[in-house]
Amino acid sequence: MPRFRLSYLPVTLARLARFVLFVMAMLCASRPGSAQDTPLISGGVGFQTSTNGGNTKYQPIIEPLLAAPIGPRVLVESRAAILETWAPRTDGGSGYDHTYFGALTYLQGDVTLTPHVTLVGGSFLIPFGTYNERLSPIWISNFQSGPLISPLGLMSTGTGVGGMLRGSAVSHPKYSIDYAAYFSASSDNEQFNSDRSFGGRADLYLPKPRLELGLSYGRLLQGTHENFYGAHLWWEPKDTGFRLRSEFARGHHAQGYWVEADYRMQAFGGPDSVIGRFEPVFRMQQTFRRDTIVSDGLPLVNTQRADFGLDYNLPHNTRIITSYSRQFSSTGDRNIWETGIVYRFLFPAWKGRSK
Amino acid sequence: MNLKYLLSAVLLVVAAFASSKAAPRIRPVPQAEAQNAQNATKKQAPATQGGTHEDEGQRIFDQNCSRCHTAPDGFSSRISGTVVRHMRVRASLSQHDEQELLRFLNP
Repeated sequence: MPRFRLSYLPVTLARLARFVLFVMAMLCASRPGSAQDTPLISGGVGFQTSTNGGNTKYQPIIEPLLAAPIGPRVLVESRAAILETWAPRTDGGSGYDHTYFGALTYLQGDVTLTPHVTLVGGSFLIPFGTYNERLSPIWISNFQSGPLISPLGLMSTGTGVGGMLRGSAVSHPKYSIDYAAYFSASSDNEQFNSDRSFGGRADLYLPKPRLELGLSYGRLLQGTHENFYGAHLWWEPKDTGFRLRSEFARGHHAQGYWVEADYRMQAFGGPDSVIGRFEPVFRMQQTFRRDTIVSDGLPLVNTQRADFGLDYNLPHNTRIITSYSRQFSSTGDRNIWETGIVYRFLFPAWKGRSK
Repeated sequence: MNLKYLLSAVLLVVAAFASSKAAPRIRPVPQAEAQNAQNATKKQAPATQGGTHEDEGQRIFDQNCSRCHTAPDGFSSRISGTVVRHMRVRASLSQHDEQELLRFLNP
């Protein structure tokens, strides 16, 4: 899971618990606000398995998200990832080896400055392309594993520590334009690790054809200064259950793309029918190395991969996600099997009265 | 590992979960229902400059929230404002869109 780098060193559960207590204490100290603005706890909990080139691993995972308004203009939000990975021992012995990973994915404060500008400060997801900010939560993504090019433009950590301006520049019934621009300082903090960089993204959305076009840019400002460019195109025709998403990214040493098509079979009795809950998914992706300097998390050689998925949307916010992938490269072809079940939760952080 | 912190955190989360049961729940629009509701409200809801409030809220919901994820089965009305404020940042909604979406989720 490359998006969670934030230093891959395991942190103790006690440290995470201390953070949760701190946040809870902070929220208790603040005014609860109006009833509709009660802080919420959301996220996903799941169990995933994958077999990649014959190596199997099992992974229980929870990604809790906390969002807490403080007054009418400020929102504090954070997401964490806690997971344990089990794999059969490789030294010939019986049993399993396991590793623990727990870290904050981001922790940010959002301040509404004007109707079209929001200031974000803290540790935030880098707005490059679509995967990192929009598709990476386990309760959203159609595949267990992210696209091969997802590390491009994310400055090796996926998060920035600094500030960001974002918002809707134009919101019109016929089109809308939104933007995000950030600056991140270098940080070696174990929980909030980031590189010095800046960048941003702009999106144009056309509601009638349901078409979204976006451009992203990022520049690394430490070590070898590198530029990253990205473009994405999404098309989601109305009332069809079909979605086409695609993205291209180019870095200093490699580039690549992915195209994903999925179809919720709602034409067969509606989205809540037995058949309508099925969601076949297909994703094609390729990466190309521009040189042999490997510093971006992409495969060491040119790689092609086709992912065939079949998801099932159970009632009560539960999804079964399965896929088979065939990966081709000069270092050897391989099969990848992935299966998982994810439950999405969403509830108030405490009891209160409705308006 | 200090077990008391872990236990405290677990207890807090369990308590929060237990306390959430009594709240009325919002059911934000499976697509087929949303279409029916939209057709119905075209006849009933008071018209505004660009159409009905629900039309506008439905449009904003479809164009911003549903673009990335399906709607959750339902959630407490006590957090609808927080959900919308979170979506305002994540989906870069304007203030107008935020208000229309909140009105749509709390008709």
